[in-house]
Amino acid sequence: MGGILLLQDGRSFSGESFGANATSVGEVVFNTSMTGYQEVLTDPSYCEQIVTMTVPHVGNYGVNDEDVESSKPQVAAFIARSFSRTYSNFRAEDGLDRYLRRSGIPGLHCIDTRALVRHIRDKGAMKAVVSTDGTPLATLQQMLLDWPGMEGRDLAHVVSTPEPYVFSEGEPSQKQVHVLDGGVKQNILRLFASTGAGVKVFPANTPAELLKDGADLVFLSNGPGDPAALPSMVGEVKKLVGQVPLVGICLGHQLLGLALGADTFKLRFGHRGGNHPVRDLDTGRVEITSQNHGFCVDAAGIEKAGGRVTHINLNDQTLEGFVHEDLGLMAVQFHPEAAPGPRDSQHLLLERFLAFAETNRKET
Amino acid sequence: MPRREDLQTIMVIGSGPIVIGQACEFDYSGTQACKALKALGYRVVLINSNPATIMTDPEVADATYVEPLSVRFAEQVIAREKPDAVLPTVGGQTGLNLAMALAEQGVLERYGVELIGAKPEAIEVGEDRAKFKEAMEDIGYSCPRAGTAETLQEAEEILKDVGLPAIIRPSYTLGGTGGGVAYNLEEFRTIVAHGLDLSPTRQVLVEESVLGWKEFELEVMRDLADNVIIICSIENFDPMGIHTGDSITVAPAQTLTDVEYQRLRDMSLRIIRRVGVETGGSNIQFAINPKDGEVRIIEMNPRVSRSSALASKATGFPIAKIAAQLAVGLRLDEISNDITQVTPASFEPTLDYVVVKVPRWNFEKFPEAKRNLGTSMKSVGEVMGIGRTFSEALLKAISSLEGGYPSATDFTDSQLAAALSIASPDRMAAVFECLRRGVDPSEVQRSTGIDRWFLGELAEIVAVEQQLQGRFLDGVSDEELRRAKQTGIPDAHLALILNCTEADVVERRKAGGIEPTFKRVDTCAAEFESFTPYLYSTYEEEDEAGESDSDRVIILGNGPNRIGQGLEFDYACCHAAFTVRKAGLTAVMLNNNPETVSTDYDTSDKLYFEPISKEHVQAVIDREQPLGVILQFGGQTPLKLSHRIGPVLGTSPDAIDICEDRDRFNELAQRLGIRQPEGALATTVEEAREAAGRIGFPLLVRPSYVLGGRAMRICYSSQEFESALGEALEASEGNPLLLDRYLEGAVEYDVDALCDGEDVYIAGIMEHVEEAGIHSGDSTAVLPAVLLSEENRKEMVEATTKMALALGVIGVVNLQFAIHDDVPYVFEVNPRASRTVPFVSKATGVPVASLATRLVLGEKLADMEQELKNKGAGYYFVKAPVFPWARFPGSDVVLGPEMRSTGEVMGVGRSFGEAYAKSQIAAGLNFPEDGGVFLSIRDRDKTELEDIARSLHSLGYKLWATTGTHAALEEMNIPSQHVFKVNEGRPNIVDQIKNGAIKLMINTPSGKKGLLDELAMRLAGLRYGTPCITTMSGGRAAISAIESLRSGDVEVVKLQELQ
Ligand SMILES: Nc1ncnc2c1ncn2[C@@H]1O[C@H](COP(=O)(O)OP(=O)(O)O)[C@@H](O)[C@H]1O
Ligand SMILES: Nc1ncnc2c1ncn2[C@@H]1O[C@H](COP(=O)(O)OP(=O)(O)O)[C@@H](O)[C@H]1O
Ligand SMILES: [Mg+2]
Ligand SMILES: [Mg+2]
Repeated sequence: MGGILLLQDGRSFSGESFGANATSVGEVVFNTSMTGYQEVLTDPSYCEQIVTMTVPHVGNYGVNDEDVESSKPQVAAFIARSFSRTYSNFRAEDGLDRYLRRSGIPGLHCIDTRALVRHIRDKGAMKAVVSTDGTPLATLQQMLLDWPGMEGRDLAHVVSTPEPYVFSEGEPSQKQVHVLDGGVKQNILRLFASTGAGVKVFPANTPAELLKDGADLVFLSNGPGDPAALPSMVGEVKKLVGQVPLVGICLGHQLLGLALGADTFKLRFGHRGGNHPVRDLDTGRVEITSQNHGFCVDAAGIEKAGGRVTHINLNDQTLEGFVHEDLGLMAVQFHPEAAPGPRDSQHLLLERFLAFAETNRKET
Repeated sequence: MPRREDLQTIMVIGSGPIVIGQACEFDYSGTQACKALKALGYRVVLINSNPATIMTDPEVADATYVEPLSVRFAEQVIAREKPDAVLPTVGGQTGLNLAMALAEQGVLERYGVELIGAKPEAIEVGEDRAKFKEAMEDIGYSCPRAGTAETLQEAEEILKDVGLPAIIRPSYTLGGTGGGVAYNLEEFRTIVAHGLDLSPTRQVLVEESVLGWKEFELEVMRDLADNVIIICSIENFDPMGIHTGDSITVAPAQTLTDVEYQRLRDMSLRIIRRVGVETGGSNIQFAINPKDGEVRIIEMNPRVSRSSALASKATGFPIAKIAAQLAVGLRLDEISNDITQVTPASFEPTLDYVVVKVPRWNFEKFPEAKRNLGTSMKSVGEVMGIGRTFSEALLKAISSLEGGYPSATDFTDSQLAAALSIASPDRMAAVFECLRRGVDPSEVQRSTGIDRWFLGELAEIVAVEQQLQGRFLDGVSDEELRRAKQTGIPDAHLALILNCTEADVVERRKAGGIEPTFKRVDTCAAEFESFTPYLYSTYEEEDEAGESDSDRVIILGNGPNRIGQGLEFDYACCHAAFTVRKAGLTAVMLNNNPETVSTDYDTSDKLYFEPISKEHVQAVIDREQPLGVILQFGGQTPLKLSHRIGPVLGTSPDAIDICEDRDRFNELAQRLGIRQPEGALATTVEEAREAAGRIGFPLLVRPSYVLGGRAMRICYSSQEFESALGEALEASEGNPLLLDRYLEGAVEYDVDALCDGEDVYIAGIMEHVEEAGIHSGDSTAVLPAVLLSEENRKEMVEATTKMALALGVIGVVNLQFAIHDDVPYVFEVNPRASRTVPFVSKATGVPVASLATRLVLGEKLADMEQELKNKGAGYYFVKAPVFPWARFPGSDVVLGPEMRSTGEVMGVGRSFGEAYAKSQIAAGLNFPEDGGVFLSIRDRDKTELEDIARSLHSLGYKLWATTGTHAALEEMNIPSQHVFKVNEGRPNIVDQIKNGAIKLMINTPSGKKGLLDELAMRLAGLRYGTPCITTMSGGRAAISAIESLRSGDVEVVKLQELQ
């Protein structure tokens, strides 16, 4: 079966389809990780995005029940140079094709993904539609016009848990971590829980009071969409600042930045992959990080608010992390939980965040 | 950290001659290291015995010593050059071993020299398998269970624990030499005994087998600030049990989930830290159980390696260059990525293509040896294919091997089954054939251990083939044709299955707009702009080859290393590229050998990593529209294309044809009055007999159109002739047989010359130490000639001049002569750079390949006077070959007209003896100071015995001899001790070798193949490290070497000193 990718600027790519016969609109982005397509697919931060893997082959090792970052694939559509029907891995439970089909997600392959990546690199991430069900071109064009795009989009509330839940009771002697879920990746929760901490997850619209209650640490999760479109969340975060130790990853990093009064801006084509060098300014070390973000916090705003830059991206010098010791908050833009990607920074989740909670403990 | 300021001079150790397991990847890494250190402002001192390397070019290092890689010579270099530090990690196992020896023997301490890159402690943990295993257990990782044994009994004790099948590995040997897999006790005992003999420490490791597990490699780099990155993951297509050097390998790894991959990554980080490699690159090998994901660590190489060269080419990340920078204190994040220019080197390359490496073997040269693959590496070279999919990359790699499309149609089903279960060079073809015959991939998986995913991809290729098979080209749709091309199927094979010509396929493709596009290797999957046109072809939409500011010149490389066509040709190709660049033109390199300097994106302006086939070369020509293509530096591979591509720059295709076509060549030689050995062509037995009768004996018989002396035989009698005839006719496959009078006892010469169509310059006349009849590539050669009369020299110069002018050579040409009864004869003319070009360049200081390129580009010799000055006057230079005997148990060590050496070394000295001595030491032959010398000389050579024997006797050696030789010596009144041949009684010669009574053997073989006891004796010598000289001239040269060594004034020579 044939399929097509149509971009907002009129460029199109025709190839072969896999996954569901469907039509799906979103922002087309690319990810340079060479492994971990299942983690990528299930990462809620990719909500309403059409993800292109730069690695040529996908499907090679099938899918399993363990390597998931949420309960289901989240991407709008999935693109690679070549989808392999044969899969091989001792943990594989099914093939990628059926996995996507079950979730109604179209896949497109046999296209020049490198040309697509170069196009995105030069023109920026843009609106696009993938169709594998023969929808007429005119309809696709209309869909592109109708789709609002990423900027100004509040998607955190779409992917967040509807109800609070306890991920892990934790050991009584250990910290209680309250997670504000804007699309949290499971591995963040798993890593917190592995330290013995109690982990409780709250919906994105949870008021500050509730979040703070009984927490040693409030964690602001990663998630999709435009942070600037989340004024209510930022408002609640502001109420927490200084009240309870606060840490964040990715979207959480952006929310904390906004709460300090810094601006966020959209990167031309984002950072998505598993090979980004980030310098930890405290230790001087370079960590290879997993990244997935299209928006970025302006470092100047952080410094103006009395915060201190702790991490920078060595590829483009953008802000990757900061701390505000007086106010007891710290955050990183990249993904220390990895999954997929290198685990150089997992120590943040396993140690540093919790230690930070300890040193910034609020007597109440 | 900026570069270290406390260091001024750094010594780099090269890897010496090309041997199996250590090839030109170390010229690539060493050259990069030298250049990087020099660019940082250090004074670089280099020692490497291999003259055919770019790294030993005088402009690469500040002080270059082409000297044996032994403590004695390295110490002399250190004493003279006073380096502050030694970089031991870019010269392979050889470099590492020499550095360790310098450390252990106190040389480094004595001269206050620091080891940088890796400290002795780390090298030891990395290299000593027992210590390594302990270290791994220390950090909670497991290696296969194993124990070290020094005797057979100890080995059997360990076997009780590890069980059969067991892996046996001699300690401290390279690339698994002498190791193997034992499936039963008998095999076990044999391999252990053999392994104990081969190990310099007389130890073997007996190890639990994980045969059939999946094999992976990770390339790791670390800087002094403890930043660690992974450059590349490599997955072996062939499972554990087949040496990675003999495996098809794929990058990036294809069948690992992120969880599994990150686990290997985490382990690699901890391993490099635990072993303590402070800076630089290391290679770590893992085995993974396909059933449950269990991991075992196989080994780590604490240095750059063959795999790191591959990883560099696969990713565009120059590991050796960066390793050198890290060794002097730079941090990864202080070094910028050459390709993107804006991002730092502290990142992990990401690939948006697939790379497949396929080994190249030369088993046909060693007919006595088994063709099986195992834990001891046998391949002599490799190719890499790059494609946007695995299948495309694999099929491009296979095209690069120049061996045709994988097919085994003539195999019966049971032959196929055998070819599947026993790994050999034929296995790939067998796998394809099985899939074509409809065998289920799972069945193939079971008998080969090859992962299902790979087999699935192969099955896709077969499906595409079968969809087209037997159809008419006109009936094939554009879609189908595009799909076939995207799959990687070459035009030539499409022509075969569609029953048309390759030209038809090309025409049909072009009509359908199905033409290749070129993509870049850029380390970052196009996330950043790339500034280095490192390209590969594929069938997609967008082309990134880019435009050039100046006219293009394409240089065709030499493809995979193989015996007879190796590093020497890459050397010449690199110089061609450098020169084209210097001329202000755009140098476009086309090659597919990942080990080489020519495939470094720094060497040329544009690099096309492609098969050297009509199809792929033409595609690059179409894209680049060059001034022309230079063929004359890449050996036979590009010459074969001379009539099919163009325009050719330099010597014309017609001249090339004359040299290849016996009749045309004879006619020309006759016209010019150049003498050739009497000869004839014969297609039938009758013709052959008639010619033999006319020419007489001894007679040289060989098939035409074969390379490197394949199936060449010397016949002394009509019986020998009759027996050779059948074999030769068969090998020549319908082509005529060549019969030549064998010039017995003739001295052979190689002449390299430059010609611009008007003038001829003789670059070098090399005299072979061994007589004609021993392949020029396997001969030891000396420059300047020692025995050559002025008259004969003139005659050869004249013949060369006439020949070059008559052919209209533009560039370089090589002639082979032999002087028989004081008369020169010409054997052959090679209208291209020869194997000796780098040697001549080193010995004379005349950059032959570079000048040849300038001639090709239109310059004249008359304008080069300055550069043509021989700077080697006053010195002798000896080139000596190195052989892979130990890799091919059972093959005889006797030299003959079939080339079998893999590499070469050079010795330089004030006298022939000194130069020869150094060359032999560099080649691994150690002349004994005293003890017994064994002589067994065939009757034909007995006239020359007296001289040699008398000299040896007066040098104080005790002589041993077999019956005939002993009798001859008695007659000459030279004392000797009689010793039995193998079948005559005990103690025999083999016993005496084992007992250490005999330290050197001179045995000229009696010629007939069947003499098993001679063979046994030579093999015993090989096994126990007793050198064996098989020619009288070699014996004489050895004596002058020993005399020179005794005199004591053997000194190292700096190439830059020659004037
Ligand atoms: N325990 C084992 N079981 C099966 N195969 C093995 C085992 N150890 C090594 N091998 C095979 O032998 C090859 C060579 O072993 P390795 O330790 O890498 O030595 P080398 O120093 O020659 O590279 C490996 O590439 C692997 O295929
Ligand atoms: N007529 C001959 N007499 C003696 N030796 C010969 C003769 N012809 C060839 N040889 C020997 O055989 C070797 C290989 O022959 P050559 O023609 O150079 O083949 P190749 O193309 O493999 O280099 C030569 O180097 C030489 O030593
Ligand atoms: Mg190995
Ligand atoms: Mg090794």
